[in-house]
Amino acid sequence: MSVLVDDDTRVVVQGITGGEGKFHAEQMMEYGTNVVAGAVPGKGGQEAAGVPVYDTVHEAVEEEDADTSVIFVPPAFAGDAIFESLDSDLELAVAITEGIPTQDMARVNKRLTETDTRLIGPNCPGLITPGEAKLGILPGNIFADGNVGLVSRSGTLTYQVVDNLTNRGIGQTTAIGIGGDPIIGTDFVDALELFENDDETEAIVMCGEIGGEDEEEAAAFIDENVDTPVAGFIAGRTAPPGKRMGHAGAIVSGSGTGTAESKISALNDAGVPVGDTPEEVADHIEEFLA
Amino acid sequence: MKLHEYQAKQVFADAGIPTPESQLASDVDGVLTAAEEIGYPVAVKAQVQVGGRGKAGGIELVENEEEAREAAESIIGMDLKGYHVGQVLVEGAVDFVDELYVGITMDRGEGKPVAMVSTKGGVNIEEVAEEDPEAIAREHIDPSFGMHPYQARKAVYDAGVDKAVARDVSSVLTTLYQLWDDRDGSDAEINPLMVTGDDEVIAADAVMNIDEDALFRQPELAEMEAEAASGGDELEQKADEYDFDYVRLEGNTGIIGNGAGLVMTTLDLVDHYGGEPANFLDVGGGAKADRIANALDMVFSDDNVDSVVFNIFGGITRGDEVAKGINEALEQFDEIPKPVVVRLAGTNWEEGMEILNEDLVTVEQTLEDAVQRAVEYAEEGQA
Repeated sequence: MSVLVDDDTRVVVQGITGGEGKFHAEQMMEYGTNVVAGAVPGKGGQEAAGVPVYDTVHEAVEEEDADTSVIFVPPAFAGDAIFESLDSDLELAVAITEGIPTQDMARVNKRLTETDTRLIGPNCPGLITPGEAKLGILPGNIFADGNVGLVSRSGTLTYQVVDNLTNRGIGQTTAIGIGGDPIIGTDFVDALELFENDDETEAIVMCGEIGGEDEEEAAAFIDENVDTPVAGFIAGRTAPPGKRMGHAGAIVSGSGTGTAESKISALNDAGVPVGDTPEEVADHIEEFLA
Repeated sequence: MKLHEYQAKQVFADAGIPTPESQLASDVDGVLTAAEEIGYPVAVKAQVQVGGRGKAGGIELVENEEEAREAAESIIGMDLKGYHVGQVLVEGAVDFVDELYVGITMDRGEGKPVAMVSTKGGVNIEEVAEEDPEAIAREHIDPSFGMHPYQARKAVYDAGVDKAVARDVSSVLTTLYQLWDDRDGSDAEINPLMVTGDDEVIAADAVMNIDEDALFRQPELAEMEAEAASGGDELEQKADEYDFDYVRLEGNTGIIGNGAGLVMTTLDLVDHYGGEPANFLDVGGGAKADRIANALDMVFSDDNVDSVVFNIFGGITRGDEVAKGINEALEQFDEIPKPVVVRLAGTNWEEGMEILNEDLVTVEQTLEDAVQRAVEYAEEGQA
């Protein structure tokens, strides 16, 4: 079992004729993902990464039964590409693109309330169900099949924590990178709910970072609704206020909201141990599974 | 990206928001000429992008030429919270009876813009928000429709703004939202919006922050950015040239990595193991050798740095490219200026380890070991 993606997922890659899109479409297929089509305006009728390209996502859904899109479209056009996927009756859209204007995402966010399509990202590495399929740019070889669900705002931090787990022989059900932007589709609460309802997931890792209040909301949700044990990690303890730490969403505001201390104490209050290092997170998970 | 006050005021004035008469000056004579033309009393305001300019001595209200000269001499060239003051705005003083606050920002929790109005203007609005949240009226806006006129009125009435100026304040708020929306603002703020004895409203300060990710479609503002960025930390300016996400900190352990979350984690571990991070530097995804070499050049340029930890977990970044870049940067030195600890993992790390010249760096296998080693070197370097 797993959440959101498995070997039945039928993927259309938006932007498959671009350098990134083509490379990662091939990487996904090599990992075992069922990529069935590409969608690029004006490139319909061509072939890329060995699959047919359509002018619209709608056609890819009609012709190839795609149910999921992965978006590698440059930031200026990515908001529009997300709208197209949300309007094409897909189950899932995964936006990898970094640097989409926030106001575009506010409009997408409104549309999400009117559609059944789930969005992951943007500015995320995607998600992977080890041994079955991956959607996005995660390096497949560090993951292993197992019973830990992982949700994270940061890509490379996900790899670090997964590496710590896999090295101890602890595998994952699904790992989801939800993205580092201020406005994202699927958030911690959504992902925690998915893992809580997944029979195979026996423990959850949640990697947050400074900025916003999503981790605090997640802590409240865990307290009320999650029985599966959760271990946390929060990046940015040493970040000064008012400075954007790489991710558009990773900033402690002048008024002091979004600090690591606030997030760590909210999680601790909800019974979630927070590791000081990625190794300590793996220690907690090992204890949960023992 | 933050506009200077004078830039934001120009943008606001062009959109029809009333602002006091003002001129920019960069020397004492300029200040005196401007003050003469505008007419005393005037305010002399340092153009640097830090809050609390008034308290730090960066804003003076002057009544005559002698005071203007004194203010100009003390403010121009001063160091204001680490920023060099190169320019001042000379502005006609407003005789006010009331100070309001109006602002638009993105409420990230709601994923929607929010308009805010308060009668407690003229003070730090974040303090008001904390101590007396009821004093700020808030109205969330559906970005697909924009702000309806009734929403501007509602926010103004909810805040308890005097009826005599309510219509004008609503109109300023509506214009402010339009600007925020058209110009890809992240924050647009007037604090204080002054009310005069004749029931006129006038923007005595102006804040306009722009979403950096939207500058590609805001060419006019992108031009202002070059000017706005001046006066900041030299190394942060250099990072802009190299196009790195870089933040300078106070410590002596330099940090380079890929991906914001992992770099932040590396900083936190330096602190955890008793060291002090000198910087945040994210080379981003898929960095090639020249970019890696630039990153080392960046960190070496910081005199505070005594050691460097290079932590790469490759996804789309490849270990062989990283190793090439490190060799390239270090082989040009007869003696390595500061010890460099390297940890490579993920995509092509084995290829990277084969390429990496291990005579020039210290290699560690795990993040924890690499950070501890760099902290040790930093302590030795300091001693």
